[in-house]
This record gives sequence, C-alpha cells and structure tokens, in this order.
Amino acid sequence: MDFIMNFPFFSIMICMLAALSSFMLGRKAAAIVAKGAIFITLVLSVVLTGWLHVRGESFVYMMGHFPAPWGNEIRAGELEGVMAIFTCIVALLSLTAGKTSIRTAVDKSKQNLFYLITCLMEASLLALIYTNDIFTGYVFIEINTIAGCGLIMIKNNGRAIASAVRYMVVSLVGSGLFLIGTTLLYSITGHLLMENINSSVAEIHASGNYSVTITIITALMTVGLSIKSGLFPFHLWIPDAYAVSIVPSSAMLSGMVSKGYIFLLIKLIYRVIGFDVFRSTGVFDLIFVAGIAAMIMGSVAAIRSGYLRRMTAYSSVSQIGYIFMGIGIANEAGAVAAIFHIITHGLTKSLLFMSAASFTGKKEDIKISDLKGLGHKHPVSAATFSAAALSIVGFPLFAGFIAKMLLANASFTEGWRMYGAICAIAVSTILNVVYFFRCIINLYAYGGFDGKEDETAVVATEEPQFAPTRYEKTIHGISVVLLALINLYIGFAPKLLTSILTKGLNVFD
Amino acid sequence: MDRINNNEKKRFYTVFKIVATILMICLAASLIICMFDMPRLFSEEHPGENVVAERYIESGIEETGAVNFVAGMILDYRAFDTFGESNVLFAATICVMVLLLGHKPSDRSEHETVPRTVKNDVILKTIAKFAVPFILMFGIYVILNGHLSPGGGFSGGAIVGSGFILAAVSFGFDRMEKFLNKKSAGIITFVSLLVYCLAKSYSFFTGANHLESGIPLGTPGAILSSGLILILNICVGFVVACTMYSFFSLMRRGKI
Repeated sequence: MDFIMNFPFFSIMICMLAALSSFMLGRKAAAIVAKGAIFITLVLSVVLTGWLHVRGESFVYMMGHFPAPWGNEIRAGELEGVMAIFTCIVALLSLTAGKTSIRTAVDKSKQNLFYLITCLMEASLLALIYTNDIFTGYVFIEINTIAGCGLIMIKNNGRAIASAVRYMVVSLVGSGLFLIGTTLLYSITGHLLMENINSSVAEIHASGNYSVTITIITALMTVGLSIKSGLFPFHLWIPDAYAVSIVPSSAMLSGMVSKGYIFLLIKLIYRVIGFDVFRSTGVFDLIFVAGIAAMIMGSVAAIRSGYLRRMTAYSSVSQIGYIFMGIGIANEAGAVAAIFHIITHGLTKSLLFMSAASFTGKKEDIKISDLKGLGHKHPVSAATFSAAALSIVGFPLFAGFIAKMLLANASFTEGWRMYGAICAIAVSTILNVVYFFRCIINLYAYGGFDGKEDETAVVATEEPQFAPTRYEKTIHGISVVLLALINLYIGFAPKLLTSILTKGLNVFD
Repeated sequence: MDRINNNEKKRFYTVFKIVATILMICLAASLIICMFDMPRLFSEEHPGENVVAERYIESGIEETGAVNFVAGMILDYRAFDTFGESNVLFAATICVMVLLLGHKPSDRSEHETVPRTVKNDVILKTIAKFAVPFILMFGIYVILNGHLSPGGGFSGGAIVGSGFILAAVSFGFDRMEKFLNKKSAGIITFVSLLVYCLAKSYSFFTGANHLESGIPLGTPGAILSSGLILILNICVGFVVACTMYSFFSLMRRGKI
C-alpha cells in the first residue's frame, strides 16, 4: 500500500484537529491555523488527484483494523479528489476574502469559533465526499447541518438567528427523510456499505420483490437531499440564509455546503441504488422536472428582488436547478455535466458573494439601483463581479458556458428530455441576462458616484473601524482575482476537468 | 418588500395547513405501505442476520476485548461513525456557545430566575446533598464499565451531567463555578476530544497500513481490558457531561 493512500484520511483529520485547536486559541492564531489546515488539505488533495489521474483507478481505505462490511472505510477516486480540491479552494478563499466581514460583523470573543466552525465544516464535507458507507454519510450530514447553522448565526442579530432557525428546521426535515431512507434500505438489504447495498439491491430488483419499497426509499432519500441543497419547491430558506449571513458564510454555504449534498446524491444514484434501478423508479423524471422549474422560477424571483445579495441568492436557486436537471437527464454525460456545473457554480457563486461584499460595505445588502457608479470606486471587485456574472449567464470563454454546453449536449440523446432541457436552458439564460446585466450596467454607469458630494456622504457613514484596511483590501483583491482566473482557466481549457470527471464517473460503480 | 395584510396572512396559513396535512398523510401512507412490504424482524430470513452481525457476535469478544458487543461495535468496528457522532456533540456545543455566550437575560427573567437558584429550599438542598454523590458515582460506574455492561460514555456522561445540573440548581451556580467554569469545561472538552482524536487516528492509521497497533486487549471481563475502548469511553463521558452542563448553564444565564 502506498503512503499516498493515507491522504484522504489525513485531510479529514487535519481539519478536525485544526477545529479542535481553534477552540483553545485566540482569534488571530485560530485564523492562521484554520487557513493553514485548509491549505495543507488543498495541497494533499491536489497531489492525491494527480496520482489518481495517472493511476486511473480508485481505492478504498480501511478506517481501523477491520475490513469493510464490519468496519468503516472511505473511498477515493478522481471525482472525490476533484470535489475535495474544489471545497478547499472555496473555503480558503472565502476566509481570506471575507476577513473584513469577520472582523467587523462577528463579536471579538467569538471569532475563533467562526474559524472552528469553518474547519469542522470542511472536515465533515471531506468525510461526506470520501465516505463509502451510507451511515457515515448520515453522521457527517448532521455535522454539516449544525455547522451550517453556526455559519449563519455567527452574526448574532435577530434576522440572522431567524434565518438560522429556518435553515435548521428545513435542513433537519431533509436529514430526517434521508435517515428514514437509510433505515428502510438497511432493513431490506442488511447492509450499510455502499457496494454491498448496491449488489443486494440489484439482486432484489432482479427478483422483483420490494419494488414499491425501493421506489419509496429512492424518493425519500432524493427528496431529503434536495431539500438540503435547496431545489425549487424547497428553496425558501436560501435567500434569507445567503443574504443575511456574513460574507464568508454565504460564500461557503452557496459554494460548497449545498454542493456536498448533491455530490452525495450522485453517489447514491451510482454507487448505492445503482443507475438502472434508480432509473426504473422514475425518480429521474421528478428531479428533471423540479430542476427545470427551479431554473425558471429562481430566475424570475431573482429579477423581482431589488437587492444585490438577495438576487444572487435567488440566482443560486436557478443554478441548482441546472445541476439537478443535469442529473435528471439520466445518462452519464448528464451526470458529468452536473458535476462540472457543481464545480463551476460553486466557484462562481462564491466569487459573486465575495465581490458583492465590496459594494455593500458594512450594510447587510444594497439596492441594485444604489450600485450606480460603484464600479469606478471598486474596480477590481466590479471586474470580478462582472466576470462571475458573465460566467453564470454562460458567456463563451467562461466556465459557465462550458457547463451549459455540456448540459445541452448530454440531453441530445434522450428524446423528450432534449426539448425540455434545451428550452429551459434558453429561457433561463435570457432571464439570467436580464438580472445580471442590470447590475453590471448599473456598476459601470456614470452619474451615481462621481461627484464630491457622494464621497463625503460615504465617508461620513462609514466609520473607520468598519472600513477594510489596506491589507484586507489587498488579500480580498488577490482572492477574487484568483477565483476569476480559475474560472477563466476552466472556461479556456475544460478538457482536463471533463476528462477527469468522465474517468472518475466510470470507476464510480 | 410589500406589506402583507392580515387577510392574506390568514389565507396563507389556511393553505399552509391544508398542504402540510396532505403532505404528512402522503408520507405516513408511503411509510405504512413500506411497513407491510418489509421483511419480518427477528426471522431467519431477515437480511440483517448476515455475515456482519454474525462476526460481531461470534468474534467480537476476541477481536475487540469488549464483553459489551455494542461498545465493541461503536468504539472499535465502526469507530469512525462514533468519532463523527462525538463531533456532532462538539458542533452543537459550539453553536449554542455562538448563540448564547454573552447573552444577557432580560430584566424580568433575571428577576425570576436568579432568586430561585439561591433560594434556601431546604428539601431540595437536603435531598440533593444525598442524591448528587450517588448520581455521580453511578455515572462514573456506567462510564468505566462501558465495555463490560450496558452503558458507556454517552449514557454515563449524561448521568454525570445531570448530576452536575442538579447540584447547580440546588446549591447555586457560584459553587459549581469553583471547579466547572468556562475555562475548566473548555479544557476538559478540548483534552478529551484531542485524546479521542489522536487515539483513533493512531488506530485508523495502523489499521489501514496493516501495522501492529501494539495495544494490549487484556482479558475480556477485566476492568482494564479491551484496548482503547475504556479510554475512549472516558473521553466521551467527559465530553458529554461537560456538554450537558454547559447547555444548561448557557441557557439559564448566558455563560458557563
């Protein structure tokens, strides 16, 4: 066994240890420890993914002295590696870009707890990504839920707590459904390990028993996970949670937390229930229709909302619709496109939230009409915001374009699904253009902020301790530019990522 | 945002109730349908009676050294899950701290709660004086015998924590603070979780790399047996007891 196979285990444990030690550290030390731990994890994940890509097959790692059906195990393949890299990037850059927000909006004595929750979140997401056991998945879903609440309510004002409560209630319903599904699955298969469930579900399906039960299990687990990731009829917690919480929280929640559940759903389809059985239950149609509805309704809601961060949050609803539509296309290309969009959307949406932070200042949110001319005051953030907006709209050269193209391509072989998918992508793109271009035009418009009168007004309202320091401005700029460059890189050279994803999905089952 | 008038609100709640009821009935119906379809529990053909359970029961004692199968299962075979569970507790503690630490109860509630805790309630104090030591002893017994008899860190820790809460309620928080305050509770939680984390990391690492762990299992049935399980139980017990007490204290007065 190669030493490199320990890396998934190391990355989970490093994040856990960082979380633990943040508990005893001051806020500055906690920040360094958290960023260091996530950076080390990032390096480990990159090395691991490269190694897996060269090796071309996945491996399982025994957690303890007992082999799989008795003990726990984790599994690492290229897909898992890419997802780990992606969550590390989002977490790390959210922390660096959101430094001002953490300093000003979080109580001084609780700032180390914020870093703690971030590390805990990263560790549980990594465990969720690498897990090969459905019950381990559930345990880490729980940590994710609780840490998500913590991320929202770290701001500790009335609205943040109200939206954290809402998030918690909705999220717990989701994990409850997932748990019911898990127990039912255990009682008909007698296993919790993904491979064993897969083979015994295939056996049961072939024998024709329990067909109703399998359908109900699939539906329950799918609905549970889609509630947690905010698919359309269950999306009402999203705008509050993303728009009210502090900047790094909303970047992480939208960028990686909701995506972890979608990845688990894909794992569920391919590794637990099995693609053919899942297809025979008809849940794919459900996901497909809900995804299309989300794409349209999310965009409509985004157009209707007049506030910047709220609009971005609603745009998240529509983009999650794209991902679910990709899964619902029900072929491998669709799944690859969905995972591709998980990554591009995660990177883009967190970039939007980080850039928007410069415009809102210490306020919670800003009216879109008030953006007028702010692009001249914050040139870097405005440029990255525009880049991210163009990527979401699907402008060529950006990653979002590739994602939409992959989604459309995947649907071509699928009969009636093709019409739905292509029409929905077209309509949703136009709606995306409407609300994002409104912001970009406002940002670069003259007439709002270019007189002296405005400048004094801004200075008067902005108390000195709330303004970002020079250092914070610099690292914020570096982080957003880095994210935008990653986005552009994926847009220019999608071959590498798509080949890794395709290969990863092939060794998935 | 548009103002919602009362009529609309009322209409919303009626629709909400109807839809929620329908959804719940659907969920219940589908679960009941599932129930009729399920294999019978405790029958020979139940899929749960497979190689997994067999090995736990047949060779559990010699492989883990724990007479209590459940302890062997959760702390040795499936230790990663339990590690996650104890981190759930940790995350919950942190979230309650984020929410309530430094939160000052409003004047009215302070007026109501503070005198009640220091009131000279003779019956409560006398009974607590007798009961608390026994509760703590029993909790420690349950923790230490986790690998021999039913119980373990989670349940024993809950008993110890409730003993602390009873002591705090009857003798006042000031006296409890002498040995269980924010600093000491933090250190206890931190050290226990750290020991847990490092011990389990060591065991995961050696297990996965097929190395000898070098931890003696001892003779099953003795108090010093079953390798790491006893230490892990003690750690979990500390964490759970501190968590219970700090939840109560945070909710009562906004600090530990």
